[in-house]
Formats: sequence, C-alpha cells, structure tokens
Amino acid sequence: MATQHSRSAARLMMAPAVVLLLGWMLVPLTMTLYFSFKKYLPLRGGDLGWVGFENYTRFLTSSAFWPSVQTTLIIVGGVLAITVILGVLLATLLNQPMWGQGAVRILVIAPFFVMPTVSALVWKNMFMDPNYGLLAHLWKLFGATPIEWLSQASLTSIIMIVSWQWLPFATLILLTAIQSLDSEQLEAAEMDGAPPIKRFGYITLPHLSRAITVVILIQTIFLLSIFAEIFVTTGGAFGTKTLSYLIFQRVLESQNIGLGSAGGVYAIILANIVAIFLMRIVGKNLDA
Amino acid sequence: MFVKNALRAATAISLIAAGGASAETITIATVNNGDMIRMQGLTDDFTAKTGHEVEWVTLEENVLRQRVTTDITTKGGQFDIMTIGMYETPIWGANGWLVALDNLSEEYDAADILPAMAGGLSHEGTLYAAPFYGESSMIMYRTDLMEKAGLDMPKAPTWDFIREAAAAMTDRDNEINGICLRGKAGWGEGGAFITAMSNSFGARWFDMDWNAQFDSEAWANTLNFYKGMMDESGPAGYATNGFNENLSLFQQGKCGMWIDATVAASFVTNPEDSTVADQVGFALAPDTGLGKRSNWLWAWALAIPAGSQKQDAATQFIEWATSKEYIELVAAKEGWANVPPGARISLYENPNYQAVPFAQMTLDSILSADPNDSTVEESPYVGVQFAAIPEFAGIATEVSQEFSAAYAGQQTVEEALAKAQALTNDAMEAAGYR
Amino acid sequence: MARSTTTQRKALNTAFAWGIGLLIFFPILWTILTSFKTEATAIADPPVFVGFEWTLENYTAVLERSNYARFLWNSIIIAGGSTILGIIIAVPAAWSMAFVPSKRTKDILMWMLSTKMLPAVGVLYPIYLLFIKLGILDTRVGLTIVLMLINLPIIVWMLYTYFKEIPGEILEAARMDGASLREEVIYILTPMAIPGIASTLLLNVILAWNEAFWTLNLTAAKAAPLTAFIASYSSPEGLFYAKLSAASTMAIAPILVLGWFSQKQLVSGLTFGAVK
Repeated sequence: MATQHSRSAARLMMAPAVVLLLGWMLVPLTMTLYFSFKKYLPLRGGDLGWVGFENYTRFLTSSAFWPSVQTTLIIVGGVLAITVILGVLLATLLNQPMWGQGAVRILVIAPFFVMPTVSALVWKNMFMDPNYGLLAHLWKLFGATPIEWLSQASLTSIIMIVSWQWLPFATLILLTAIQSLDSEQLEAAEMDGAPPIKRFGYITLPHLSRAITVVILIQTIFLLSIFAEIFVTTGGAFGTKTLSYLIFQRVLESQNIGLGSAGGVYAIILANIVAIFLMRIVGKNLDA
Repeated sequence: MFVKNALRAATAISLIAAGGASAETITIATVNNGDMIRMQGLTDDFTAKTGHEVEWVTLEENVLRQRVTTDITTKGGQFDIMTIGMYETPIWGANGWLVALDNLSEEYDAADILPAMAGGLSHEGTLYAAPFYGESSMIMYRTDLMEKAGLDMPKAPTWDFIREAAAAMTDRDNEINGICLRGKAGWGEGGAFITAMSNSFGARWFDMDWNAQFDSEAWANTLNFYKGMMDESGPAGYATNGFNENLSLFQQGKCGMWIDATVAASFVTNPEDSTVADQVGFALAPDTGLGKRSNWLWAWALAIPAGSQKQDAATQFIEWATSKEYIELVAAKEGWANVPPGARISLYENPNYQAVPFAQMTLDSILSADPNDSTVEESPYVGVQFAAIPEFAGIATEVSQEFSAAYAGQQTVEEALAKAQALTNDAMEAAGYR
Repeated sequence: MARSTTTQRKALNTAFAWGIGLLIFFPILWTILTSFKTEATAIADPPVFVGFEWTLENYTAVLERSNYARFLWNSIIIAGGSTILGIIIAVPAAWSMAFVPSKRTKDILMWMLSTKMLPAVGVLYPIYLLFIKLGILDTRVGLTIVLMLINLPIIVWMLYTYFKEIPGEILEAARMDGASLREEVIYILTPMAIPGIASTLLLNVILAWNEAFWTLNLTAAKAAPLTAFIASYSSPEGLFYAKLSAASTMAIAPILVLGWFSQKQLVSGLTFGAVK
C-alpha cells in the first residue's frame, strides 16, 4: 500500500522535470525534422516545398562531412585524453602534503570560471599570435622560429585551449575521489614494500575509475558541442570544422535551413552513437 | 544666466515637440569599428536634437552578421536600425525586408551621396540603406622604406612592380615584411581581398551560366602569384591575418606595403596609434594591364528593417548619422582626418578635407571600382569583391578557408582550387542555379 | 630522520604544485596584467611583466562605451534565476529517483543527459521562431527558461547522486515517527543535502554565466548579459589587447571571485556520485 502510494507520489514529483525536458527535446526535434525534409532558404523566400531526403543525401555526400566527423572525434578524444591523464597526475600531486594547498587549488580551478569566448580570445591574441603572442616571444627567446599556431597547428591549438578550460573540472572531481581513498590501505601497501608506481597502479587508479567515468561522460556531453573556441580562433578553417560548426555554416552562413537541419539530425545520431559507446564502455562503472 | 537656461529649455521643448508626439527609444545593431564607436559616443547630440533615446547593440562583425540575419529572416523585429553592407542591402531590399529610404528630407540632400555608394545600396533604383562610410581599397606604403630600397612608387603600379618592391623592402632581421595582405578565411576578410585581386588577373567567380571558374588559368595565376609573393615577403602567419592584424603590423612599422581598405588611411596616419604616421604614402591598387584594378567597393550602411515599429525615429537617426552636419560634428571634435569617409560628394569638395593627405586617393579608388563591370570577362553577377547573390557568403567563406589552408601550406594551390571548384558548383546546384 | 624527509618532500611538493598552479593560472594573470597597460605596452617586444606604468585608462574607456552595470545585472539575474528555478524543479525529481527507484530510473537519467547533446545551432531557427511567437525574445525571462532547460539534466543528476548517499534508514525512522512526505523532505532530506545543493548551485551558476550561444543569439539590448558585452570587444580596429583584457577581466571577475570564495563548497560537493 505504502509503496504504491509513494510510487505515484514519486511519479508526480518527477513529472515537472520530465515533462519540461521532453518538451525541450521534442519541440525543437520535431521542427528540425520538419525543416530537414524541406527546401527552406530564408534569403530566397523561405519555404520552397518538400524535397524528401535530398537534404540528407546532400549533407552526407558533401566533401566536408566526413572530415568534420573526424575532427569532432579528434577534438573530443584529444581533450579527454589530456584532461584525464593530466587530471589524475595533478589530483595526485594536489593530494600530497604541502604548504598553501588551498591557494594552489584556487589557481588550478580558475580556468573553469572563464567564459569560452574570453579564453579563446585571450589564447588566440595574447598567446598564439605569431607576431605579438607570448608563445612567439618564448620561441624567439630560444632562437626558434615562432609556430603559427592557429594555421599550422590548428587542431592542436584548439585542443590545448579546450583542455586548459576543462582540466580544472577533471582535476576537481578526481581530487575529491582521491581524498576519499582509504589511506590505511595505501600505508599497508607501503609497509609491504610496494613501490609508489605500483601503489598508484594497483590501488589509486582502480579507485579512481568511477570518477574518471564521470569526467569522461560529462565532458563528452559538453565537448561534442564546442563552438565558441572554433568560431573565435579559426572560424572553421585549417581543418578545424567540427560537425556542429559545419551545421552552423549551413544554417547561418549559407542560410540553408533545410540542409542545416538534416545536419542537425546527423549530429543527434552521432551524439547517440557516442553515448551508447560510452555507456557500453564506462556505463558499468555507474550503477546509477 | 537665467535667460540662457530658459532659452535652452524652450529650445529643448520645441525640439521635442517638433520631433513628433513622443520621444522613443530605438535599438541599433552595429559593428564595433572605430567610426561606429565614435558615432555611439556622439549619441547625445542626436538625443538633444530629437528627444529620441538610443539603445546600442555593438557586436563584432561576424557575430553581428549572424545576429541581424537571423532576426531579419525570421522577422524577429529586435532592431530598429541595422548596420549592414553593400552585399546584404540589395538582397534584403529585393525581399522587401527593408524600409525604402525614398522619403528623406530636403535638408538631408540624398543627391549628395556618392553615386557608386548609392548604386550599391539600392535595389531597382530605390535606396534601402544610407551609407555611413564607404571605402575602396588602395596601397598604403612606407615612403622611407621605399626610398631606402631605391624605388619610386608610381601612382598606379602593376602587380609585378609590387612584388619586386616587396622583395626589396623586406628585411627579416629587423622584422620588416615587404608586404602585408589579408589571408584570413572568411568572405569579408581574405575572401574579399583575393576576389578583388583576381579581377585584375582576369579571373571571375562564375561564367554566364553560373559555372564556377576556379579551374581557370586566371585563378591559378592569382593564387600562385599571391602565395609566391607572400611567402617571399609577407609576415609570419599571414594565412590568419585579417584587416586588424595587418593594421597593427603596419602601425608598428612591420610592413613595407599594405593593400587594404581606404578607411585604414586615417588609422595609419594618426600619430596617436601609429609609429609610422608621417611616412605613409598612397597609390591605387595594382593591376596587370588587363584593364581592371584590384580594388574593391564597400559601404557600411544603416537600414531600417520593415518590421520596425519606430520607423520615424529610425529615419531621423539615419538622417542624423549620415548627414553633412554629422561630418562637421566629428570634424570639430576629432579633426577632418577622422570623419567618416567615402559617403558624400560634398565632403570631397570641401577644401578642409582636400587637405587631408589620403582624401584624393580614396576618392580616385572609389571612382575606379564598378560593381556592375568588375571582371575582365563578362560575369552574371553584381559586386566587385563579392557576387550579390544570397548563396555567396556561405560559399565564399568555405572557398576562402580552402585558400587559407593553401597559404598555410596545408595543401597545394591546385588542391585548394579543385576543392573550391567542387564545393562552389555543389552549392550552386543545391540553390538551383545549374 | 623520518621527519626531515617528510619536510623535504613537502617542500618539493609545494614547489612543484605551485609551479604548475601558476602555469595554469598564468593566462588569467596575464590578462589581468595587460588590462592595466597602455595599448602600446601591451604589445611591447620583449613583453613587460610588472615593470610598467599602471593605468586605468582601459577600464575608463570600456565603462564609457558600454553599460557594464546592465550587462552584469542581466548575467546575475539570468544565471542565478535559471539555477534556482532548475533546482526547484530538480529536487523533487531527484528525490523520487533516489528513494523510489524503478527499473527505468537509470534510463530516464541517461535520457535526460542525452538531451544536452542536441547541437544548439541546429535548432536556432526553430527556437528563434518559437521565441517570436511567445514574445520573449530579448527578455530575461526567456533566457532564464532556456538556460534552466539546458542545465536541468546536470542539476537532476548531481542532486540525485547526493540524495542517494543519504542513508534510507534515517528516512524510514522518520516515517515510523509519523513524518509526512513534505516534512520528510523539508526537515530531514534538505538539511542533509545542503552541501550537495550548494555545489550544484555553484556549478550551474558557472555554466549559465558562461553560456555563449543562446545568450548571444536570443538577446538584443535589454536582456544581453556579459557574453554579449565581450562580443563588442573582440577584434575591433587597431590595437586592442589592453582593452580586450580589461573587458575580459570585467566579464570574468564576478564569477571568478564567487568561485574562489566558494571553492571549498565546490570541491567537496562536485562528485557526481564519483566517490564511493
């Protein structure tokens, strides 16, 4: 009886969130699907009728499509790898006894508070500019020719910028997880003469697997749709066009809503493939 | 004292009364260029004259384009005035999205607008946007470096001379690049430059059947010449340099020559910002003897979206901001070199302005660009550094991205042109031209 | 002897950690420093670090040009409003997921997260048209709702993981004592979940504050927050590093200060259920 009662109460309490998100998902999704089957060119009078799957085939066969998927995966993968690896190392370091731990922690998490637009602008102009950028000065200091970051190492540059923004997030979560590690276990291992690397590999790392899962999951969600970092720095040139940037070009620069909507549907499919993939690989860790 | 105040109050009241039944607040979207920022700073003068208040939405060029285009195509009605260019105006005017500016007051003297500008901002003879400032492009060069190289800049040089001069002026040890040009991706950045340059090499975007022409020899010549010259004498990272980057390079004395917008002349000769202010000379944009020069034509203009509820107040603002009085107001506050150029005939007849060193060259450049006849071989489109069709911005941005990748050495010129050819034809097919 | 090694190690850790911390923080520090330089000093070669004449001229110029207070106020209202609204909606949902789980709870949670993967730009047109229909373009209400919806999945998930860690026995005991559902939530659950709610609040304020697509595309003059403020300082004509730095500093300072003051909260609460 009581369970029956609390079950319906639970459903009632979940209703607002579920209904709102359902609306937020379904309304745009329906409209995107609708537009994707239309020839819809605002600058040529708007709705020019149904075209079946033409937008879908056109988007898929365009020479920019596969490279954009590849770019998306490289950026997401690159940033994930960097933030997770550096995040684990940094969290381990921050967990050691030291003076001014709180202050260091503040320094490390600061980039997370910076707007993506601002960080892209700052990196682009004040660090990566081949003439005035600090990195160029640094290179010159050692007698090297400055790298033209945004054209010659465009993807690396973007991965660097984005990693800088997300490293704090990864570090924070991993640090919290490390702090919850049972120190007695580590001490026992130390007593048994296990070297630090082994202790790290056999005790710390397995303990962190759940936290790493969370970091990967959350970051993937945000990274799949990064936009400002590309818009500000390269504008999609030099092979930095991600799928969402390609859609932006179709919708806003080419003003082809139908084609862009078809691209949107592909992006949703890609996101879901990535999501399923993630669930398979890491979802076991999350007994949500 | 009292009398003065009373008088002022009386004038204010009569002005407000004359300005219409009520004072309104209009919202203006504009680009964050220096002249517009100045206009924003002088808004009080407009409010004092008409009683209307102004809300500014100042955005960087790319963001502005995206923002106003979304609003106009969906009839969002967020803005009473939009700052748009020569590319958008005829297209939007043709769609009936802009209020025709055919009712401007007598004192405004619409006939005084430079015909080249008025022509580019009209659709079928009706003006849809009033030019705030207009520009062409020209060569700005360092007279001292030119002398040091033992060369003399002709008034109308050829590209071969420019390449030779650039190589002679280049001094890598002292960080002096013979020539700085736009290479940045984007149809309004490097895309505009290379298109204008290609005109002088006899290239065109489309033939009369709207087939892309990137497989032509003229385009290959243009790109090879550009890349060859820039690799020899250009600055590091030129593939990502746009107007701004080159402006600061030139102002810091790192460029021998710079071919870009005529409005830049006032920035490079302003001693407050420029370290080379008194060593700048001007010349017409180069050619190759085929009859077309490589200068473009552009205007930033103010237009009223058809959905605006405050068209009267908006018209008053446009009349104020693009008037002869506004030019005088800026001249009185900031000097004649800083007034918005290229919009009005009377400005170039004004002896005060004729004394400005770059005035005549600006006018000559503007007058030598003809949007209706910009290519050596016949082309189906209007526009010098663009083709005034709705699809152009999207296509040209992608094409210029391929070009920039070639400048940066990520692909060859041939590969870039082949990709440009394919993607342009593809997009034109999607739009139903071919 | 043991003591001295620990001190030595501690010193080494300290030096190492501070070095890395400063390296990570350096871009922000450099931006702040540059904002106090003149435009000419900002691009000086070689770069100057502290030995320059400090000036406030960039801040004066920015304040003169833009109505900073309004952008700031809009940011505060929109980021704060959307977060609070989100939490009000998410608390009951997270509660029921944590304490009355069903077979589909995990699926619902994952589905919620997946709504975040919709590429924003793909739905700009539909949403813009919808906003016109509803008459909420360029209003704080409109933006608050959108940002709330964007962040709701994260809020629900974070709260769910906190609630799950509250032992069910306490609730049973309260129920035995005859506490109603409402009392249970207000007197037992909420106090225990306060740290979790606090860090959820913080994280989402940060996310909403930094959201730069919808806030830019759905506003004009009235509701534009600091993301739009920054868009008027990126790449103008001429030298702009110093002014850009000043504007950037002004845009990130409020959230940076908030983050610093509350970093303990953030650190202890930001677990997403990762700690077991």
